[in-house]
Formats: sequence, structure tokens, C-alpha cells
Amino acid sequence: MENQIFPEKKSSEVIVVTSGKGGVGKTTTSANVGTGLAKLGKKVCLIDTDIGLRNLDVVMGLENRIVYNLVDVVEGNCRVKQALIRDKRHPGLYLMPSAQTRDKSAVTPGQMIKVIEHLKEQFDYIILDCPAGIEQGFQNAIAGADRALVVTTPEVSAIRDADRIIGLLEANGFKQMDLIINRLRMDMVKRGDMMSAQDVVDILAIPLIGIIPDDENVVIATNQGEPLVGGDSPAGRAYANVVQRVEGREIPFLNFEKGISFWTRVSGIFHRV
Amino acid sequence: MRHFFRRKSSCQVAKDRLKILLISDRVNCSPEMMELIKDDIARVISKYMKIDSENMEIQINAKTGKNGRNAKPILYANIPIVDVNMQDLAANR
Repeated sequence: MENQIFPEKKSSEVIVVTSGKGGVGKTTTSANVGTGLAKLGKKVCLIDTDIGLRNLDVVMGLENRIVYNLVDVVEGNCRVKQALIRDKRHPGLYLMPSAQTRDKSAVTPGQMIKVIEHLKEQFDYIILDCPAGIEQGFQNAIAGADRALVVTTPEVSAIRDADRIIGLLEANGFKQMDLIINRLRMDMVKRGDMMSAQDVVDILAIPLIGIIPDDENVVIATNQGEPLVGGDSPAGRAYANVVQRVEGREIPFLNFEKGISFWTRVSGIFHRV
Repeated sequence: MRHFFRRKSSCQVAKDRLKILLISDRVNCSPEMMELIKDDIARVISKYMKIDSENMEIQINAKTGKNGRNAKPILYANIPIVDVNMQDLAANR
């Protein structure tokens, strides 16, 4: 339908959400960016590439509707369409779950590319939730992608891993890599006990696409299985802005994203001494 | 007032640690390799002047700047010279 109304539809974009380190918010980011794009009327397919440790289905609240999964598709046990779960809350949003009982070696990069090529015909966005680590799961997740969202938190370990991931993505020919800084705590930044978004960007030196504040609503949303993007919570608003920027719009960063008060700057001078 | 002059903020500590950590991560050069490079440099320089090879140091540093990712790393060598009288050396050769 959309093709008829907008004959010059932008070709589909394949985005991998990756971080290196585990537990920094890849799955939460995949769920929220995917849901946010669907809310804008895009056709979105989320793919959980973490074989053996699937989580995206739970964060999306779709765990009870899984019949077939990614491994079934590559092994030919079902058609691609049969493995796609439609999210009834958002038209145009689909999830391809990963297998829980297999391991990373069940899929190869070549097979991933094939599945993605097939999905490209029907979707505006394909979002791949990458597993932690840099082994085969990572290679599978990036194989078919042409763009990456690198998620990190303002901690030494997460930034170190993100730097390694960025190097690997560069080596694999990625041109577009954007940074999401997750779980930023402005109060700690102001005290000088957490790196600011600017500090992290200076170190990693890739374009910043989003800053997500540390927000307890993320935990609540995950409990309920409903991404909070677009809602009234700080993280919900921040993710909505990420979605706009993924779409290519220039959206100014929210207040907490910038904010260093005059007094902090003054006391910061003393702290530095 | 003492409050203002307390230790370095933990944010600054984190940045300093990362700076060093990422250089060695990015360069991906093993300590053995560095030792080999150091020995070779010492040998070449010794042809022309007398150096204190025991106390020489080499290290690889990334240039810091806005285009940090594309900046090429730089090899620094600190080579203490014992004697710069090159005429002597040339005569010895």
C-alpha cells in the first residue's frame, strides 16, 4: 500500500544494536527503537540473534506467542513468515524470536544474510538485537547489517568493550555507527562521580544518537513486557528522540542530556585542582 | 575549604584509566613485540652515537583530538644519549 502512495520509498535499513559488554541495554534499546519506529508508521522487523539466551521476546511481552524461531527458519523447518510474531499493539511491528535450546553455531553469517535479504522486501527497518561478546553470535548479527547502534553505559568496562566493538565494526566495513549512552545519572555527573555524555563521546569518537537517563520506569516496563518509548517517563522521551534521529531528523538533546549547571562548573574547577 | 581540594574525582580517574587502556587495546602490540622494536631501534642509533640502551623507553600514544578514531598513533622513543661526539664513532668504524 505504502509503495503506491510513496513510490520513492526509502529502501529498507538493517540496523544492528550491539555493545560488546552484556547488560548495558541492547535488548531494551532494540525493543524501544523498534517499537518507536513502528509507532511512526514504519514496518519494522525485530530479530533476536542471541541464540540460546533469547530475551527480546520477554522485553516485548510476546513470549507466549512463539511457535517457530530463527533457527527453524534457517534450517528450513518453516517459512520466514511463519516465524514472525505480529505485535498486536502496533501495526507493522513484527518479532522473529531466537531459539532457546540451541547455541550460536546453529546459524552462520551467510544464512543470516539470506534471511535478511528476504525480509528486506517487506520491511522498512530490520533491527537486529546482537548478543554480548565478539564471537560467532556477533558475527552473525552484523553480517547482514549496514548500520550499527553501539550501546554503552558511562563505565570504564562498558566503554572499553564498546571501543573494541567499534574497531571490529570498522574492520567489517561499517560506515554508519551511532552511539547510545545508556543509564546516565546526571546527579552523579554533577558530583564528578560519573563520566558525562561528552566525556564518553570524546573517548569513543563516533556520532552520538541518544542519551538515555537511568530511569526506574525501564525496569517497570520490562516487568510488564511493554516498551516505554514515547511515554511520559524520562527514558521514554529519550528513546522517542533516538527514534527520530534514526529516521534522520535533527532533534536537540533533552535537558538532562546537556545540563551542567553554573554552580557545577564553578565547583568543578575546584575539584580539578 | 578542604572539601574543594580533595582527591581527583572518580570521573577523572575513569577517564585517565580509559585513555591508557584504549591505547594499548587499539594498538594491539604485545610487550614482546615492543621489546623487539626497542632493541632494533637501539642497535640502529648506536651506530651513530653512544646511547644508554638500558634506560631507553618507547611507547605508542594515540593523538588526542576531535577526530580521535582516525588519528594515527605515534611511536615515542626516549633515548638517553651518553656521548654525542660522532667524529669519534665515525673514526672507530
